[in-house]
Amino acid sequence: MTAFIFIVLIVGGTAALSWPLGRYIQWAMDPAADVGPRRRGLDRLFERIAGKLGRDAQGWKKYILAMLAFNVVMFVVSFAFLAFQHYLPLNPDGMKAIEGSLIFNTAASFTSNTNLQHYSGESTMSYLSQLCALMWLQFVSPAVGLAALAAMARGLAGRQQMGNFFIDVQRATFLVLVPLALIMATLMVQGGMPMTLSGAAHATTLEGAEQVIARGPVAAFLAIKQLGTNGGGFFGPNSTHPLENPTFWTNVLATMSIIIIPMACVWMFGRIIGRMRHAAVVFGVMLLLMGTRIAGAVLFESAPTRAFASLPIEQTDGNLEGKELRFGAAAGPLWAVVTTSTSNGSVNCMHDSLNPLTGLMPMIGMWLNEDFGGVGVGMINMFVYIILAVFLAGMMVGRTPEYLNRRVEAREVKLAVLALLAQSLFILVGTAVFAVTPWGTKTLNNAGAHGFSEMLYEFSSASANNGSGFEGLGDNTPPWNIATGVVMLLARFIPIIVPLAIAGSLAAKRPTAQSAGTLGVEDGTFGVMLTAVVVIIGALTFFPAAALGPIVEHLQFMV
Amino acid sequence: MQTFIASLRITAATMVICVAAYTLAILGIAQVVTPESANGSLIRRADGTVVGSRLIGQRFEQPGYFWPRPSACDYNAAGAAGSNKSPTSPDLIARASAMIARHGATADTPLPADLAAASGGGLDPHITQRAALYQATRVAGARGVPTKEVEALIQKFAFSPGGPLTSDLVVNVLELNLAMDEASGPVSASR
Repeated sequence: MTAFIFIVLIVGGTAALSWPLGRYIQWAMDPAADVGPRRRGLDRLFERIAGKLGRDAQGWKKYILAMLAFNVVMFVVSFAFLAFQHYLPLNPDGMKAIEGSLIFNTAASFTSNTNLQHYSGESTMSYLSQLCALMWLQFVSPAVGLAALAAMARGLAGRQQMGNFFIDVQRATFLVLVPLALIMATLMVQGGMPMTLSGAAHATTLEGAEQVIARGPVAAFLAIKQLGTNGGGFFGPNSTHPLENPTFWTNVLATMSIIIIPMACVWMFGRIIGRMRHAAVVFGVMLLLMGTRIAGAVLFESAPTRAFASLPIEQTDGNLEGKELRFGAAAGPLWAVVTTSTSNGSVNCMHDSLNPLTGLMPMIGMWLNEDFGGVGVGMINMFVYIILAVFLAGMMVGRTPEYLNRRVEAREVKLAVLALLAQSLFILVGTAVFAVTPWGTKTLNNAGAHGFSEMLYEFSSASANNGSGFEGLGDNTPPWNIATGVVMLLARFIPIIVPLAIAGSLAAKRPTAQSAGTLGVEDGTFGVMLTAVVVIIGALTFFPAAALGPIVEHLQFMV
Repeated sequence: MQTFIASLRITAATMVICVAAYTLAILGIAQVVTPESANGSLIRRADGTVVGSRLIGQRFEQPGYFWPRPSACDYNAAGAAGSNKSPTSPDLIARASAMIARHGATADTPLPADLAAASGGGLDPHITQRAALYQATRVAGARGVPTKEVEALIQKFAFSPGGPLTSDLVVNVLELNLAMDEASGPVSASR
């Protein structure tokens, strides 16, 4: 019962807050024509920062090229900071040079908003690397996602010009992410999180042993890590580390800040296309899909640790392996689902040590990757499912499908299918290759089906730009670093470029008139249709892989 | 080419705001308002030497101290980690058996699960109140004080981390052990 109240308060409270935030984000990203002079002054400032190109109106192709150019700069700049960290200042604990494939993986990971980490922050990264390479990307990479969603929404609203990427990315960074991060970091500081540039503290324990306590500018890092669906931890074990998540209350705030912007993105989308009822239906579908997984995870995780069953151990709180006591019993499975529903990927318990079926819930979240998804990109992913749902519904009744008064034709559907196939290809082919070669099999921390789950989870996480892991996997090897690095980059840009192309293609069409036969996208029927499409496509694609991993492990041990 | 110039200009602006200004603002707030926790919630002795952090678990093996949860990283606060073992793994049986032996648990006095399960980061500073009471007799015996006194101290230190939203009471192991030392003298001298 406490678990139920706890979850409803967190998810419900965040959903309520996402409504005003969505209104604010629209004001920031796509201000109305009659907006006040102060807001217009900000845009003029952004234009001046961007330079000559800041005043262009960009169609979808130009917008994408600008976005790609900025991402190349993001990758190169962060790569350089990481590669030279041992020569650069702000390195009080003397961190050494980083191996080449790990630099590639890390730069790709943070550029693509994934934050998959094949390293442990407190033993690898200097403070300068943490701040100038990693935290910087934690600001600008979600800003890229938010900009892309604003552009797509403008296209779907029928505007041929999708805005200007260089302005949008600054609006998202300076008006949305920085203010929210300032608030959240201040709250985290109050909650007892460290924020210092001094190196590690040296303690002599009560029993006389030496203990080196790594610390650093954690509060600033954590705030944007959570808000930007980044998820990359300051410390290796992420938000299980007591200095990265000191109390029950910091854990509550951190959980809420994982989903609040992705939720608000749906409302921003609705405001830009001018169809709030449609946004509400989409929001409801997302909430239902995420809520189902939360319920499943909390239920499955209330089963005790199987390995302790025959031992004289009193288990009253479900499976405690890999969990922190200060968060309470439901906090681990709740966070596990929320962090994989969005593309966040931070953890407050070790996913590798979740009960087998609990571990399946985060995997399903990453396979679907749209409820609520990453900042900006979650709604973009859902748009692909919407196109398919509209298309299938049209086929069922024998009418040309339409979305927002524009005809959805072969070209749009082909592109949508391409985006969905790419994702499953990366996950299933990647896992298959590593499962039959020493690249994968030599790196496992658990035997049998759970070992397979470790590899399946890793590729799912890379492809969903999530970043969490079954962290027992010894993934800091050149094959893992290169394979997941390439997957992260492709899986970042294909699902942004393709939907923008669809939106551009729709925007170029003549609007059709509403008639009695038009499929409504603002009612429960459409909600059911959309849910069915998401579930059926997700289930059909990934069920065989799930059966080989978590499901077989459950059947082997848990029943 | 022009797109790269625009990108570099935005890179410079975001570096200044998001990295320099933002970090310094939070650093300033933290060091002025909450300097104690901003530097890692360190606990110092009267002479200024650091004993540890209130938030970080440390190893205790002497019978006169309360013992923490097992740690997959051996309480290394510069390289924290969880076990990442599946809950079905035989490795967990081996580790739990060692804990059972150390605590002398039997079928009649089963070990509270948190003393058998490693935490996520390996640095959990807490154990449940049940797990502390479970060790009260041993600690009292080693220190030659009445068990009642030790239990009273545990009750004093037990708290609910989430108020009504969590069901288990927990105690901070390091703080409790410091309080034990204060009440009945350090045990480290007797080593």
